[in-house]
Amino acid sequence: MSELPPPTIEEFYRQCADRKLMAVRCVRCKHIMVPPRAICPKCRSSRVEWVQLSTQGKLVTYTIVHVSPPQFRHMTPYAVGIVEMEEGVKLPSIIRTSRLESLKIGMELEVDFSPKSQETSWPHWPRYFFKETE
Amino acid sequence: MRRPRRVKPLATIISAGLSKFGRRDGVYARELFAEAALEAFHRVEELDPGKDIKAAFIGQMSEAYEHQAHDAPIAASWAGLLPAPATRIENACASSGSALRCGIMAIKSGMYDIVLVGGVEKMTNQPTPEVTGILATASDYPFEQWNGMTFPGLFALMATVHMHEYGTTEEQMAAVAVKNHKNGALNPKAHMQKEVTLDEVMKSRMVAWPLKLYDCSLITDGASCLILTAPKLAKKLSDNYVHIIGSGQSQDTFCLHERDSLTTISAAKQAAQEAYKMADVKAKDIDVAEVHDCFTIAEIIACEDLGFCRPGQGGKFVESGASNIGGTIPINTSGGLKSKGHPVGATGTAQVHELYLQLTGQADRRQVPDAEIALAHNLGGSGATGVVHILRSA
Repeated sequence: MSELPPPTIEEFYRQCADRKLMAVRCVRCKHIMVPPRAICPKCRSSRVEWVQLSTQGKLVTYTIVHVSPPQFRHMTPYAVGIVEMEEGVKLPSIIRTSRLESLKIGMELEVDFSPKSQETSWPHWPRYFFKETE
Repeated sequence: MRRPRRVKPLATIISAGLSKFGRRDGVYARELFAEAALEAFHRVEELDPGKDIKAAFIGQMSEAYEHQAHDAPIAASWAGLLPAPATRIENACASSGSALRCGIMAIKSGMYDIVLVGGVEKMTNQPTPEVTGILATASDYPFEQWNGMTFPGLFALMATVHMHEYGTTEEQMAAVAVKNHKNGALNPKAHMQKEVTLDEVMKSRMVAWPLKLYDCSLITDGASCLILTAPKLAKKLSDNYVHIIGSGQSQDTFCLHERDSLTTISAAKQAAQEAYKMADVKAKDIDVAEVHDCFTIAEIIACEDLGFCRPGQGGKFVESGASNIGGTIPINTSGGLKSKGHPVGATGTAQVHELYLQLTGQADRRQVPDAEIALAHNLGGSGATGVVHILRSA
């Protein structure tokens, strides 16, 4: 365990640079969590390990944002949602689609990554996002 | 009919004050707070505030609006309370709901016998996109904010699931706005004293689908405060007092996506259960309630979480008129966050201010006849914080 990277948010985004969507799993109760953290919220165990998530997920819910904070204004209207991965863990995400009207609860999505944020006032970390499956 | 047992009060509200809510150009937060405090002081002539008020707990969400942190000593100073200890309490939109709990605990512990609790926010200094950004700071930064979430967006995520699972409609959400604006039109302190039609709500511009402009609460400047005492002191100091008989607060996961259900706000549900138990009352005993309608869907979910209707039935409940003034349980007689306005830090104690008026028969054209038991439901963020208080007339 000691050589493994710590269960931190920065480490999660560092892995996005390698096009890996990671989560932390509790060794004891197997609860999977994003954001990663050192203490399992379900069983309070502090033995957690990194696991790589699959690339496929399902859209649990979504909205189309028309009024955004300044950092996202150039993207409006854009879709954000919650995606449930095959492993059962959920993530919030921007949903990239050219057809906002085609979004539906339950639709299949796949993860993709962008190397760096474009906004100067925002941390320059790599990002994950979801898009419609090809 | 079962009469609720009369439990011993936790603390007693002997007075309440509210600033005019609205766009208050040329006024600082501290000045709004003094306006609310002065109104509360005028109600209790027997009280010498500077001498008798022993501590203050003041809710404020963000220093970004006015570039001003450390606001509790400023507000206390402008209200003439120095050198009494004054502490800022921050739990996003539940800041003053939590400040009220601090005041109750201060009284209940016996540490102080008279305290002031309240809240303030001066929001309109900033343009709407900046306010959207400041409000978004009450959501998770590295996962929610980075992914373009906004507060309307987070509640829209709940609305989408509520529509999908229960068939809740945009018209039912709009009915919340219509009702609350109708109430707000009767409240001289409300930000928007104007009725709106279902059609106007439905045709208002999109903010975060399915939530439109008129589904969203207002960006408002305002302050509110309450004076609490140990129950035994109330009679000596005030002719109009109400007892706090239940107080609950609970937390849920900070990020919305980590919750098991998106159609309930479990922190509020648990806070309500705690408060109901403490007060020894049930949902059907509540005569009037102020609930956290930051977005119309939030009032629909609140009615379900508080037990006013069954899960999934919140849309039909508001449509039925049950929550109108004159209905079985009037909700948001003040106009709610929707029409009275939502100066974030002031909201929790502003809700209780309205209930204080209701239970002391001072709510004028909004008065619910013979109201005896009242409930306030206050949320922080997307529901990571839930605060519920139950009050009883003296």
